[in-house]
Amino acid sequence: MPIESVNDFVVRFANVNGSGSASANLMFARAVIRMGVPVATRNIFPSNIQGLPTWFEVRVSGEGWLGARGGTDLMVAMNPQTWDKDVASIEHGGYLFYDCSRPIPASKFREDLTVIGVPLTEICNREYAEPRQRQLMKNIMCLGALAAVLDMDADIVKTLLSEQFKGKDRLIEANHRALAIGRDWALANLTCPIGLRVNKSDGVGDRIYVEGNAAASLGAVFGGATVCAWYPLTPSTSLAEGFTSYCKRLRGDATTGKNKYAIVQCEDELASIGVVIGAGWNGSRAFTATSGPGISLMQEFLGLAYFAEIPAVLFNVQRGGPSTGMPTRTQQSDVLACAYASHGDTKHILLFPRDPGEAFEFGALSFDLADRLQTPVFVMLDLEIGMNSHLTAPFKWDDSRRMDRGKVMTYADLESGRDFGRYLDVDGDGVPFRTYPGTHPTRGSFFTRGTTRDAYARYTEEGGPYVENMQRLLRKFETAKAHVPAPLVDAAPGGARFGVIHYGSTAAPMEEATQILRNQGVKLDVMRVRGFPFAKPVEDFISAHDKVFVVEQNRDAQLRTLLMAENCASGDKLVPVLHYDGSPVTARFIARAIAELAESIDARAKEGALS
Amino acid sequence: MTYLPKPKFRHPAIEKNELGLTHRDYEGAISTLCAGCGHDSISSAIMHACFELDLPPHRIAKLSGIGCSSKTPTYFLGNAHGFNSVHGRMPSVLTGANLANKDLIYLGVSGDGDSASIGFGQFAHAIRRGVNMVYIVANNGVYGLTKGQFSATADKGATLKKGAANPDDPIDLVMMALHLGASFVARSFSGDKGQLVPLIKAAVEHKGPAFIDCISPCVAFNNHDGSTKSFDYVRAHNEAVNALDFISERAPITTDYAPGEMQLVKLHDGSTIRLRKIGADYDVHDRVAAINYLMKHDVAGEIVTGLVYVEEDPGDMHDRLQTVDTPLNQLGDADLIPGAAALAKINASLR
Repeated sequence: MPIESVNDFVVRFANVNGSGSASANLMFARAVIRMGVPVATRNIFPSNIQGLPTWFEVRVSGEGWLGARGGTDLMVAMNPQTWDKDVASIEHGGYLFYDCSRPIPASKFREDLTVIGVPLTEICNREYAEPRQRQLMKNIMCLGALAAVLDMDADIVKTLLSEQFKGKDRLIEANHRALAIGRDWALANLTCPIGLRVNKSDGVGDRIYVEGNAAASLGAVFGGATVCAWYPLTPSTSLAEGFTSYCKRLRGDATTGKNKYAIVQCEDELASIGVVIGAGWNGSRAFTATSGPGISLMQEFLGLAYFAEIPAVLFNVQRGGPSTGMPTRTQQSDVLACAYASHGDTKHILLFPRDPGEAFEFGALSFDLADRLQTPVFVMLDLEIGMNSHLTAPFKWDDSRRMDRGKVMTYADLESGRDFGRYLDVDGDGVPFRTYPGTHPTRGSFFTRGTTRDAYARYTEEGGPYVENMQRLLRKFETAKAHVPAPLVDAAPGGARFGVIHYGSTAAPMEEATQILRNQGVKLDVMRVRGFPFAKPVEDFISAHDKVFVVEQNRDAQLRTLLMAENCASGDKLVPVLHYDGSPVTARFIARAIAELAESIDARAKEGALS
Repeated sequence: MTYLPKPKFRHPAIEKNELGLTHRDYEGAISTLCAGCGHDSISSAIMHACFELDLPPHRIAKLSGIGCSSKTPTYFLGNAHGFNSVHGRMPSVLTGANLANKDLIYLGVSGDGDSASIGFGQFAHAIRRGVNMVYIVANNGVYGLTKGQFSATADKGATLKKGAANPDDPIDLVMMALHLGASFVARSFSGDKGQLVPLIKAAVEHKGPAFIDCISPCVAFNNHDGSTKSFDYVRAHNEAVNALDFISERAPITTDYAPGEMQLVKLHDGSTIRLRKIGADYDVHDRVAAINYLMKHDVAGEIVTGLVYVEEDPGDMHDRLQTVDTPLNQLGDADLIPGAAALAKINASLR
C-alpha cells in the first residue's frame, strides 16, 4: 500500500552539486513553510564544488518536530550516480519522482514504490535553447510538478519566485512560466495529488527560517563586535561571510560611508586568533569563526589569552574529526578540545546553542561574557546548526540593553588615585580590573605576558604568586557559573528515576524522542545543558536520578567526561548514548537506544533484587 | 633584575623635551640582558628617538614575541602598555591591536628567530597587509635564550662558537620586506646610534609598515671570529647607502648642500628626512633599484645599511579597510548596535 500522509513525511532531493538545484530545493521548503506547515531541512553535501552527489532533505512535520527523522517517503531522484542507493533507501510503499526523458530499465525500480516520471529534460530541451537556462529552468519545472503532486498552493511558490527575483521582471516571468509548465504537465499526465500531501495549517506562527551561521554572525553584530579575523574553513566560512554582509548593511557610517568594523581574512588560524587577542587587549570586541582543525592550531594562543586574561570570542562550528575527518558532516566532538584548550592548566567558557535562535542570542551574549570575565569564550555550534536553515523563534532585542564592558579602569578612575593592579582580585570574584592601552600618561600601564607575574603584573618566577594567581583564575571560573546560560529542565509529570542530559543540536531530536519514550511508558526528566562551567543545578539533577543518559554526537562521550572531570557525577551514574556517523542524530535513534538501555538497567535491577 | 626599582632621583638641570619629559620618563625596567648586548643599544635608541620626537610614552604600544629581543620592551617606555606575546606571533597581535585603535603608535620588536623562522609567515603577512607600525628585528643570527643555535639569518658558512659551520642559505629580511611591499625599509647596526636613532624617528613618522633590520651582535654566543654578525665583522663590512638627519616640521632646514648630495624625503606628519647620499645615484624611492643594489653588495660580502627604500604616503591597512576615523575601541552602543527595529526588518526577510 502506498504511504498516505498529510503534513508528515520526508522528501529527499538527490542532486549533482553545482547544478543549481539548491535554490529550487530551498524554495520548495519555503513554500511549505508559507503554507503554515513546519519543515526541518538538511543539506548533505560532499567536500567538492562540482559533479559529486548532494542531497537535500525536507522533513514536513505538521506536529512541528525539527530534528532529522531518518528515512525517505518521497525521493526526487535527479542523480544517476546515486540512483541505486537512493531507490533502495525509500521507505516501503514510498514514492519515486524522476526525470523519465530517458528510459530506465525496469530492474532499476522497486515494485512497492509509486513511480512518478516527468520528462523534465525533454520538455526543457523543447522550451529552451540555451544550456544553462535549460538546467536552471528544469529545477523550477520540477518544483512546479512537485507542487502539483503534493497538492501545494502554486500561488505561494509564484510569490516566492517574485520575491527572489524582485526588480528583475524578465526573470520573474521566465520562472513563473517554467513553474506553470511543470505543474500543468503533472496535472494533465499524472494522478494528482499522491498519497503525500501538504495542507495549509497554522503551525509555523511568526517563526523565521535561517541558517545558524548567519544567525551567529548577526549575534556578533548585535554583540558589538568590531574586529573579525578568520581563515576559510568549512563549515565556519559562512559565519564570517555572514558577518561581512550584515556589517555592510548595518555598520556603515551614515555620513561618511566608512566602516564601523574591520574584517581581516588571515593567513591561517594562528594569525586569526592572534589578531583577535591583539584587538581584545586593546579594547575592541573581536572574534574568529573556525572549526576543529582551526581550534587545534590556536592552542598556544588560547593558553596565552586564558593566562593573560584577554577577552576573545571563538565560534566553533564543529564538524567530524579527527584530522580532516568528515569536513562536511556534523559532530559535537570538540567539547574537550575547547574546554581544556592549550597546555598547562586551562579551562574555558563554552556556550551550547541549540539552533539559530540561540546562536544569535549566545553570539551576542558571548561578547559580554568575554569582557566581563576577561577570557576566551567558545560558542559551540556545529555543521547541523550552522550550515542548515532551521525554523526558529524570531530574533529579539531589547533596546535598553547596553554592552557590558566589564571591569575597565578609566582615566578618571586612575586619576582619582584608585589602586590598579592588573591581576589584583579587588572584589573577591577572581575578576581583576584592566586598562586599555593609552589611557593615562603615568598610571595604569602594565606589561602583558604569558609568563608568571604578581598581582601588579610585575614579572616574577616565584612559586607563591604563581599559585595565588592560578587559584584566582579558578575563582574567576567559579564566578562564570552564574554568567553562562542556565540549564533547562523538562521534567516528567510525577517525577522519573531516569534523567537525560544533552546539548546543542541534539535538542530537537531529543524533544521528539522524549515524547516517543514517554508514550512508550519510559519516564524521563530531561536537562539541556547550555554552558560550561556547569552550574550547581547540573550536579543536583544528576544526583536526583538513578541513572542519567548523556546523549551526544561524538565517539568518546566528551560531555560525560567533562561532567566527571568537573566532579558533577561519578561515571557509573552517567550512561552514554552516542551517535557519530556524521549525520545528525535522529529521534528514532535516541528513543530506541534509551528504551533498550532503560530496559536492561531495569532487568539488572530486578535480578539484583531477586538474588 | 627587573624587581629592582630604579631610583627616582634626577638632576634638576636634566634636559627636557617639549612635553617637559626627561630621558628618564622614556625608560623602563633595568635590563636583564647580558652586559654589552646589542639589544640594549636598540632599546636606548628607541628611548632616544621617542624623547626627541616628543612622543607621550603612553600613546605607544610596544609588542613583541618571544626571545632575547622580545624581552626588551620591558626595558624601555615604562609608561606604555606592553605585550610580550607568543613566539613568532607578534605581527598578528600587533595587527589586531592596531585594528582596535588606529590612534596609538605601534612598535613591534622581534628577533631573527622570532621573525625569520617560527614567525616568518606572520612577518610577511603583516607587511603585505599594510599595518601602520615600526617593526624592528634585532638580528644576531643566533638563538640566545636557548644558548647559541643558528637562526635562519645566519650566513652560509658562518661558524658557531664551537666551530660548527652553517650549511644553509640565509634569509635576508630586508630583501623580503622589499618584495612584500613594505613602504619603509632600512637596515642598521646596533653599534651605530648615529644612524639608528634617525631611522627609528623616520619609521615612527612614516604611515605604513616600516621595517628596520638591525644587526645586533650577541656577545654571549655570536661575537667570535667566523661569525658574520659580530661587532668587528659588521663594522668591517658595513656599506651605508646614506646618512640621515631627521628634521621635524618645526625645525626648518638651514644647511646648504651641493646638488645631488642630498635627497629630501617627506613623511606623513609633514616632517622630513634629509638623506646625505653616500652611494652615488642611489634613489631611495626605487624599489627595483634597491633590490638590485642589495643583491650586488650581498655578493660582494658587504652589508648595506641606511634607509634602503621609502614610499611617500603609501596609506595603511585602515585606509584599505575604510574604517571610520574614530578608533574602533571607542565606538559605543549607539554606533554599533543596530537595535530592535533593524532586527524586525531582518526577521521579516526570513519568513
